[in-house]
Amino acid sequence: MKKKIRVLVGKPGLDGHDRGAKVVAAALRDAGIEVIYTGLHQTSESIVEAAIQEDVDVIGLSILSGAHMTLFPRIIELLKEKNAEDILVIGGGIIPEEDIEKLYKMGVKKIFTPGTPTGTIIEFIKKVIK
Amino acid sequence: MKNLQKLLNADKITIARTITAVENSTDTKILEEIFSHTGNAYHIGITGPPGSGKSTLVNAIAKKLLKDDRKIGIIAVDPTSPFSGGALLGDRIRMNDLALHENVFIRSMATRGSLGGLAKKTKDVALVLDAAGMDFILIETVGVGQVELDIAEVCDTTVVALVPESGDSIQAMKTGLLEVADIVIINKSDREGSDILMMELKFAFDLRDKKIEWNYPILKTIATENVGIQELVSEIKSHRKYLIKSRQFEEKRKNNFSKKIHELIEENVRFHLKKNIISQSELNLLLEKTYQRKSNPYKIATEIYQKLLNGGKFDN
Ligand SMILES: Nc1nc2c(ncn2[C@@H]2O[C@H](COP(=O)(O)OP(=O)(O)O)[C@@H](O)[C@H]2O)c(=O)[nH]1
Ligand SMILES: [Mg+2]
Repeated sequence: MKKKIRVLVGKPGLDGHDRGAKVVAAALRDAGIEVIYTGLHQTSESIVEAAIQEDVDVIGLSILSGAHMTLFPRIIELLKEKNAEDILVIGGGIIPEEDIEKLYKMGVKKIFTPGTPTGTIIEFIKKVIK
Repeated sequence: MKNLQKLLNADKITIARTITAVENSTDTKILEEIFSHTGNAYHIGITGPPGSGKSTLVNAIAKKLLKDDRKIGIIAVDPTSPFSGGALLGDRIRMNDLALHENVFIRSMATRGSLGGLAKKTKDVALVLDAAGMDFILIETVGVGQVELDIAEVCDTTVVALVPESGDSIQAMKTGLLEVADIVIINKSDREGSDILMMELKFAFDLRDKKIEWNYPILKTIATENVGIQELVSEIKSHRKYLIKSRQFEEKRKNNFSKKIHELIEENVRFHLKKNIISQSELNLLLEKTYQRKSNPYKIATEIYQKLLNGGKFDN
């Protein structure tokens, strides 16, 4: 039996728009992926705990609040603390070019900027998870 | 299993990865190994139509049970999309209060479309949580089809959640949902129509077997405001006492083991039959003969069965 890809889609932090996250979640489902959607206003701790319990392959974060430089590193740190650093972290949101480079250095696997077709995200996930 | 001790100590990563292993495989090795450590967990099923508030109820019930310092496992099952094979599992949205609780483990499961396979997988996942020392396992499923009724079979107490919206009670009766209910709740009873639904349900339950000593409580709840949850938890506890006292608890579990054993034997036989006894092409020939009325299904079945008993050799 082929293992199903499981992805957690979450929105850490305080901003209140989850339309983008929902669109991505639905697109992933339509691509045959099992998506765990945790909803708005999640703490980094609760996202990591959910990712562990759900044994996802990927955490996909939508961050529009501008807090990406604190939220991403925190989540990566927590994953390490819990021995779950094999879970990949990707993200989307309005994130400046120079920050993207920094985030990659910290261990974020991929950042998708607004306007990225959902097909590109799906392709990426299917390629890295095998 | 190399991490058995960690699983028994309820290490969360180990629980999660063991569930994945069990979910993705037909191998029974892990289940065999953990079985002697199971049997403690009490299984509560929460089922009902989509949107009736099941996840919100699970959250509220779990919070009550946690007050007694209990360990709680939650399995939330949602349908797999029949078109893509993917699924959107959103039950955790209503369970955020529990996300970080030391004594709670929540797992979302997709139905993955296999007929009858879901109930089996859910039982297997529950077994892992049982081995990890959960005192209660809450299983949320959408109550629409046969599969959910099968899951009810493994639950010690099944709670059916309906809402006052019109038509729910009739639909629930049609699909057999009420038959599996040990407790029925009218959730969202802050909405209009809960009294009418209560009357309809009482009427439906009046027709049930009067000899049974369980009174099938019907309760009103407002899950979002914690109204009626204490009563619900008390009824669940009473039901547990009733099951144990009437020996049904033991009987039901033995029945489930019996089913499991037969299920596994049948699975193995079916596999062996296809692989070693009769190939598809051989079968096709026989089907052709049958179609031309030169043979018949009864004779063929007897011969194949004989071949099975003879270790793969036909009699003549
Ligand atoms: N008014 C009202 N809304 C409720 C109640 N219980 C749940 N809800 C809401 O109903 C919606 C569906 O709830 P959910 O628990 O996800 O239902 P499920 O699909 O059965 O798991 C959510 O928006 C809940 O907040 C209730 O008792 N009263
Ligand atoms: Mg739900």
